[in-house]
Amino acid sequence: MLSKLVPVPSGSMIPDRDIDKRPILECVNLGITFGGLKAVEDFNLTIGRTEIAGLIGPNGAGKTTVFNLLTKVYEPTKGTILLDGTDTHSMDTAHVNRAGIARTFQNIRLFQNLSVADNVKVGMDTQMHYNMFSSLFRLPDYWKEEKTARERTLELLSIFNMADMANVKAGSLPYGAQRRLEIVRALATNPSLLLLDEPAAGMNPSETAELMENIRKIRDTFQIAVLLIEHDMSLVMNICEGICVLNFGRVIAKGSPADIQANPAVIEAYLGKKKEA
Amino acid sequence: MANKLKTLSKTSRRNYLTYVLVILAYLVLQLLSGSLSSSLKGMLVPICAYVVMAISLNLTVGILGELSLGHAGFMSVGAFTGVTAAVALQGVIPIAPLRLAIGMVVGAAFAALAGFLIGIPVLRLKGDYLAIVTLAFGEIIKSIFNNLYVGMDGNGLHFSLLSDSTDLAEGGKLIIGGPMGIGGIQKISTFTAGFLLVMITLVVVFNLVNSRSGRAIMAIRDNRIAAESVGVNITKYKMMAFVTSAALAGSAGTLFAMNYSTIVANKFDFNTSILVLVFVVLGGQGNMLGSIVAAAALTILPEALRQFADYRMLVYAIVLILVMLATNNPSFKSFWSRITGKRDKKEAA
Ligand SMILES: Nc1ncnc2c1ncn2[C@@H]1O[C@H](COP(=O)(O)OP(=O)(O)O)[C@@H](O)[C@H]1O
Ligand SMILES: [Mg+2]
Repeated sequence: MLSKLVPVPSGSMIPDRDIDKRPILECVNLGITFGGLKAVEDFNLTIGRTEIAGLIGPNGAGKTTVFNLLTKVYEPTKGTILLDGTDTHSMDTAHVNRAGIARTFQNIRLFQNLSVADNVKVGMDTQMHYNMFSSLFRLPDYWKEEKTARERTLELLSIFNMADMANVKAGSLPYGAQRRLEIVRALATNPSLLLLDEPAAGMNPSETAELMENIRKIRDTFQIAVLLIEHDMSLVMNICEGICVLNFGRVIAKGSPADIQANPAVIEAYLGKKKEA
Repeated sequence: MANKLKTLSKTSRRNYLTYVLVILAYLVLQLLSGSLSSSLKGMLVPICAYVVMAISLNLTVGILGELSLGHAGFMSVGAFTGVTAAVALQGVIPIAPLRLAIGMVVGAAFAALAGFLIGIPVLRLKGDYLAIVTLAFGEIIKSIFNNLYVGMDGNGLHFSLLSDSTDLAEGGKLIIGGPMGIGGIQKISTFTAGFLLVMITLVVVFNLVNSRSGRAIMAIRDNRIAAESVGVNITKYKMMAFVTSAALAGSAGTLFAMNYSTIVANKFDFNTSILVLVFVVLGGQGNMLGSIVAAAALTILPEALRQFADYRMLVYAIVLILVMLATNNPSFKSFWSRITGKRDKKEAA
């Protein structure tokens, strides 16, 4: 599913297969200030409906803060977020998820004491309808929806070959599996945009390669957009189409992997100013 | 059948074990009823009431993960409203068990309403405000029932506060008499009624926990931000757990009160709330069977050691401190979790 990148008015590049459709996400002059610190400023980004996009930058650049703005963990001090054309300014975190954004966390946030399957099923809660009365009396809609949820849970877990771990307590999974479970839980909410915050952190090279394949598979199967933060450059350059580089809260470059790799500002941000010898 | 049992999850097996043990305990006590001492017999209903209190508080503390220090307040609301209903219906409904059942439903409904009213402002907040608000609630409820007069005559129910100005017509009867509480109650609570209430409580709590709502409630407990990020309606589910917990405590209050001829508001004070919290902490947070055992054992224990009853609260305080010290001690913790297989509850960063 490789297509050429074409520029859009915001200055971002998106795949040309998505160009005729409304972008899934548009950030316009997004910004947030903590005390006096401008953690993110003038952030403009457009993401195509089926794009895998990358958000990179040195530590402390503001990448996670962008995710927290998009999901309303933080309220933006400036700017607009359009999700599939809808302004999200009046939505809270839960509402934004129902509108289509799901995410994972850099510092893993699982429901530690729940089983792997239950973690995923919590992600389906907003799609379930039976009420407390049905739970207490175990009415037919309870059994029907629980059965559907169980089947879908196993299906989603099998993307990462985790179906046999369904009954394991989430908190006792190995680190890599916890990261994968967070992705499955996010997918369970039926998002149209998936935000992954350093999904390969702590994984070994073979796990990372497998993850890369699975992110592609997820995009292809569900036809959704993915925005990922990652430090592993081989992963980013391999699977991302449009890439956005942040430094000190500001976008310093946007473009295709090739553009980014050749961009002097990016090289400088990552390697620091070359000292004259 | 054997196969089906094997495929049941660990939790369902544990739930079934709890039901079976409660039923067995009931049957054994019924069979032995001829040879039980009269003081023990008199404790069967209070034990059931405290068991229901412990299970319901465990829903708030263990499953929802919020601290409540005023659970006796809900018991009090249930006791006074439930008994008032039962007394008011005395002439209309001659069948005592039915009157008791209606009293419990009324007690549960009013306690649920109280829980809902507390929940509206408090459960929206992000900090640990519930503990302090429920603490205040318990004290306020005590003052209200210490100063409330309710009477009934041919014209229906009459209420007044601070002093008795109910002005009852000829043949009228004062039901709640301020600090004197309710007197002349027909003792219609029975051990069987208590057993049934315990079973209903277990069904309600287990079926709630084992549903989409229970998963969401525990998800909020484990990681609120993650729960929000998958769209979970935090306030709704917190409210559901808290109101259910309050309602069950209300019906326990009615059961408890209808076991005595007189009931006063001071019976449901801060000490009672802490006592129930001790049952939950000792039995294990989220562990309903543990709550049942702790509630039953600690209700019988002081009676068995009657001559030391003066030191009862002192002993509880010491036990509570020891338990808290012990559960914060890592080596004891790992030892304990090895023998009980219980989860250690660590908040994700
Ligand atoms: N809640 C907050 N309060 C104050 N400063 C914050 C907060 N969240 C993030 N920051 C600051 O914003 C900057 C960007 O952080 P972050 O987005 O986590 O960087 P990264 O690109 O490594 O994910 C850092 O300087 C961080 O200290
Ligand atoms: Mg980060």
